[in-house]
Amino acid sequence: MALSPRTWILLALLLLLAAVPPAAAYFGQPFYLDLLRRVMIFAIAAISLNLILGYGGMVSFGHAAYLGIGAYAVGVLAHYGIHNGWLQWGLAIGASALVALAIGAISVRTSGIYFIMITLAFTQMLYYLGISIEEYGGDDGMRLNVRSQFSGLIDLNDPTEFYYLVLAILALFLYLSRRLVESRFGLVLQAARSNEVRSRAIGLSPYPYRLAAFVISGALCGLAGALLVNHTAYLTPEFMNWTRSGELMFMVILGGIATTSGPLLGAAALLLLEDVLQGWSVLPKWVHEHWQLYLGVILVLVVLFAKRGLAGFLPGKNE
Amino acid sequence: MNLVLIAEQTLNGLQLGVMLFLLAAGLTLVFGIMNLVNLAHGALYMVGAYLTTYFYQATGSFALGVILGLAGTLVVGIVTELVALRTLYERDHLDQVLATFGLILFFNELIAILWGRAAIYSTIPDYLSGHVELIGNLRYPLYRLVIIGVGLAVAILLWFVVSRTRLGMLIRAGASNRAMVAALGINIRLLYTIVFGFGAALAGLAGLLSGPIYAVQPGMGELVLIQVFVVIVIGGIGSVRGALVGALIVGMVDTMGRAFLKPALATILSPSAAETAGPALASMLIYLLMAVVLAFRPEGLFPSRG
Repeated sequence: MALSPRTWILLALLLLLAAVPPAAAYFGQPFYLDLLRRVMIFAIAAISLNLILGYGGMVSFGHAAYLGIGAYAVGVLAHYGIHNGWLQWGLAIGASALVALAIGAISVRTSGIYFIMITLAFTQMLYYLGISIEEYGGDDGMRLNVRSQFSGLIDLNDPTEFYYLVLAILALFLYLSRRLVESRFGLVLQAARSNEVRSRAIGLSPYPYRLAAFVISGALCGLAGALLVNHTAYLTPEFMNWTRSGELMFMVILGGIATTSGPLLGAAALLLLEDVLQGWSVLPKWVHEHWQLYLGVILVLVVLFAKRGLAGFLPGKNE
Repeated sequence: MNLVLIAEQTLNGLQLGVMLFLLAAGLTLVFGIMNLVNLAHGALYMVGAYLTTYFYQATGSFALGVILGLAGTLVVGIVTELVALRTLYERDHLDQVLATFGLILFFNELIAILWGRAAIYSTIPDYLSGHVELIGNLRYPLYRLVIIGVGLAVAILLWFVVSRTRLGMLIRAGASNRAMVAALGINIRLLYTIVFGFGAALAGLAGLLSGPIYAVQPGMGELVLIQVFVVIVIGGIGSVRGALVGALIVGMVDTMGRAFLKPALATILSPSAAETAGPALASMLIYLLMAVVLAFRPEGLFPSRG
């Protein structure tokens, strides 16, 4: 099978990411390892959101909920002394899927603005739940003293090993999301997005497909949450803050909605931009202190003028 | 649990309800007529609170502060509409959500640049502070009673404008068929700007009233905004009547939940379990309520026609 130019670019990007650890070690800049690991974890979350937002046309404004559930699954088990990663990550995925099923069962029935607000409200509910449970740190959150352990197979305390694990999961997710979108399931999902009436007319009921996509998306994002808490070694309800959901949506749009490489490009662009605005000593102080002002303006401009996102600049047609 | 406490909490619930209504009315009109999801509505609430506090301190007169604060919020709202939001009416909800999300970041940082990140102190003038003796031995803050009065007065005024005036007729017509209104020679763009400015002023009013009660700080708009979303989803998006009913329900349920859920749970659970479950459940209550309402009425309690 001949690969499209876009797939080659994506493969090249992944190879480039794979080359980062040795390069960072060579130049003595371990900071970049950390930054790019964060980028990849958010890319994984954005891929999961793109499944429903991009291909399913469901504007979920509450995707941070699953980041939080995944993170709490790991954190809570660790709190009770269970450090087995298989169990923790399994719970992260399972619990996220269950919650997505509950939220989806109600919200997928609605559409448009109702869907946006309901997903937002449910996430807000989980956020307040996180804040009010004092046992798990409440408002302040809690430390993850021991990272997930995988029977000695892989050591997450080693930055390089953790980095390659995240990269492998990212590559797997990119592949899986592509396969899913091109499958019959994915085609029905996209058909329902482009014309619901017509897809109903040919005998396809969108609801079960949409709900299934919603659950898959939540489960995948739960894994991103488990990765994120291991990355930060800290857990707070802020993982589920509604601005986080907005950021995830922005990553998908910025990168290019309903494209395979979009979420990765968008996560990289947003987090690197934040890093530049906050941290670069070349920029004057007033930019560092109020970087969100500029981020806000950039966001508005991207939405108004650059609808196709970064993937729109790549050669070849949109997948 | 005595009657005085219940009466007091009922008044608190009513006060929160009318606050939410002031915000929800503008948001639901803007959605109903322009089909715009405006996340930045909470930012206008914040602007109203800041401007009024600033003008009150600068002029020394509360009444002047309120007038200038309202006028300022109206101007900020209209400028925002002309510069950024006008182009969004034709876009899909996703673009609207993201662009207005960007506006929130912008406004929060702008306020932080002008007034700093810490909460600023907002006061009530002497003639509005103090308590009033109500029936029995219930003493209630005068200022909160004023808020309830203002909120109810606005609700009546809004009902009058929407259902009894020419402007209200245009608003209702615009909500049900925009193209037809424009075809009949009405300047629909001007109508949009008026409605948006109107909604902004209501949000500013809510902000300036709540300033002395809640903290005036950057980001104050978002917390209340999400509650307002719950209100208009429960009430039915686009319906002012729904906004009023939804706001009162949400205000009551939230206040009562925070006041009485813990003691109520303590009667069936162990005290320590109630200590944990009470506040957790209370803060989730309005979202649970929304889920229940939507399970039975997916379009809210008062679906808007058109």
